[in-house]
Amino acid sequence: MQPTFSVVFLTTLIGVGQGLFLALFSLQAYGMARLLPVQDGSFFALGSFIALLFLLAGLFAAVFHLGKPSYMFTRAWRGIAQWRTSWLSRELIAIPLMMLLVFLYAVFHWFGWDADLFNWRVAGQLSLAIGIIGVLGAIALFVCTGMIYAAVKFLQEWASSLTVVNYFVLGTASGFTCATVYAAWQGVEPELIRFLGGWAIALTVFGFITRSFSLLRNARIKYKSSLQTAIGVRHTHIQQKAMGMMGGSYNTREYSHGKAITFMKSIKWIFLLLAFIVPVILLALGLRGEQTFLLLLAFITQYVGLLFERWFFFAQANHPQNLYYQIV
Amino acid sequence: MTQLALVIDLNVCVGCHACVTSCKQWNTSSEQAGPLFDDRPYAQDPTGTFFNRVQTYEIGCYPHTETLHFPKSCLHCEDAPCVPVCPTGASYKRPEDGIVLVDYDKCIGCKYCSWACPYGAREFDEYQKVMKKCTLCVDRIYDQSLPEAERKPACVLACPTSARLFGDVHDPQSEISIAIREQGGYQLMPEWGTKPANHYLPRRKTRMHIHEDELVRADNPLKKEDIRRGPSDGVTLDDWLM
Repeated sequence: MQPTFSVVFLTTLIGVGQGLFLALFSLQAYGMARLLPVQDGSFFALGSFIALLFLLAGLFAAVFHLGKPSYMFTRAWRGIAQWRTSWLSRELIAIPLMMLLVFLYAVFHWFGWDADLFNWRVAGQLSLAIGIIGVLGAIALFVCTGMIYAAVKFLQEWASSLTVVNYFVLGTASGFTCATVYAAWQGVEPELIRFLGGWAIALTVFGFITRSFSLLRNARIKYKSSLQTAIGVRHTHIQQKAMGMMGGSYNTREYSHGKAITFMKSIKWIFLLLAFIVPVILLALGLRGEQTFLLLLAFITQYVGLLFERWFFFAQANHPQNLYYQIV
Repeated sequence: MTQLALVIDLNVCVGCHACVTSCKQWNTSSEQAGPLFDDRPYAQDPTGTFFNRVQTYEIGCYPHTETLHFPKSCLHCEDAPCVPVCPTGASYKRPEDGIVLVDYDKCIGCKYCSWACPYGAREFDEYQKVMKKCTLCVDRIYDQSLPEAERKPACVLACPTSARLFGDVHDPQSEISIAIREQGGYQLMPEWGTKPANHYLPRRKTRMHIHEDELVRADNPLKKEDIRRGPSDGVTLDDWLM
């Protein structure tokens, strides 16, 4: 497939936003359970506001995936109509819902609105309740995003549960790395930074494992369709001689990245290095030396690495329609 | 239930592209489907939106080769995978006749439906920024102002060798159902379970089986020619004619 940068940015940015929200929520939950030092509302409010900015940036990138950006206002509202069958429609519902929940989470923390919902006599129960719904929303959004790709059975590289797992784990990992930077920047207790940084490293390592599994799976994929089934002729030797046009068409532009094999291979190694290996090293060094700069560098490296990862994800998928478009 | 479809006889198709040009002509001038844009149509790297393409394949190795011309358009799958993925409902399958259509006023141009089509039947219009595809000339086949013989898709009417047949694939007595049944009609990429409504008739080898006796007369029982040979002792085909 031809990777489009709108979707590359959309999926990586909302991944960071959702992961950052999950990290903040876990901090609050651990704090309320007295496992970690409690932070005041403004810490969570500002943090979830940053998460909201990531989600908004993702949505902004998505606008450019539409035929015309104006369709965002004139037509995109129709996108919620087919939620019964379309994962894309479900994502279009889940994104604004997630934004609303993150916004509410920030507002409730900022104004300190609270109620003793569960009779725990601990502060922050109302925002925790919103947070729990937010966590469900974040998971739902990850599943929707992943299933958009995993549900297209013709793109066999994507049609696997590993796709959903990778979207979830890689997004959460980058969000926790972002949260580590945020916590270090806010100058909270080192215990908290180590908690976030530790989980960022663990999730990044886990993401490395799940992504490697999908790379291994895709390396030995067996394609269901062949030129024989495509045109229905039983012969071992069939060659296309003309695809019916000379200057190319949508079919030749949309479904091939047009890059050399060596280019693809180098992108693979770049993303394995930038999204997983380098950030883990930088995070470990930054946590040991308590250096915010190294943590920030870890996040930036990981995000750039994930851009490469997402580009590769799209480019690697081989569409069966390409069987019909092999030679001019 | 009706399922309109095309049957394409690969044995007859000569690859003249008349179906491609007539399709383009009809649909670019149609009020509902058009215009279908072209970029640099008479310059280098011409490109544009088409509903129908004719491709050419070579089967076998020289000298045992055979050329196959292969027209390809939307197959109007009975279980169309492009329809459920559309977020807006712009892509739909008409229940009354099974035609898969795109509502250009609802399409947001996300291209997701084209990813969900294994045949590459959908083409994005770079000017209108919506997805386009074969409509089976829905604006023509029901047009009461046309003579009944012309209420057929433009490609079918244009085909000089009658390689394209049009009809209801669910009616067992329709011309196309009989053709599929009797001439080995098949579907493309059956492995995906999309149940394409369009079928293809395979190329067929026409072989004559001529016995030697049919060429060389052993005797001349009807005496039409003045060739006299001595009577043969064996039984010949001509014996049965007497």
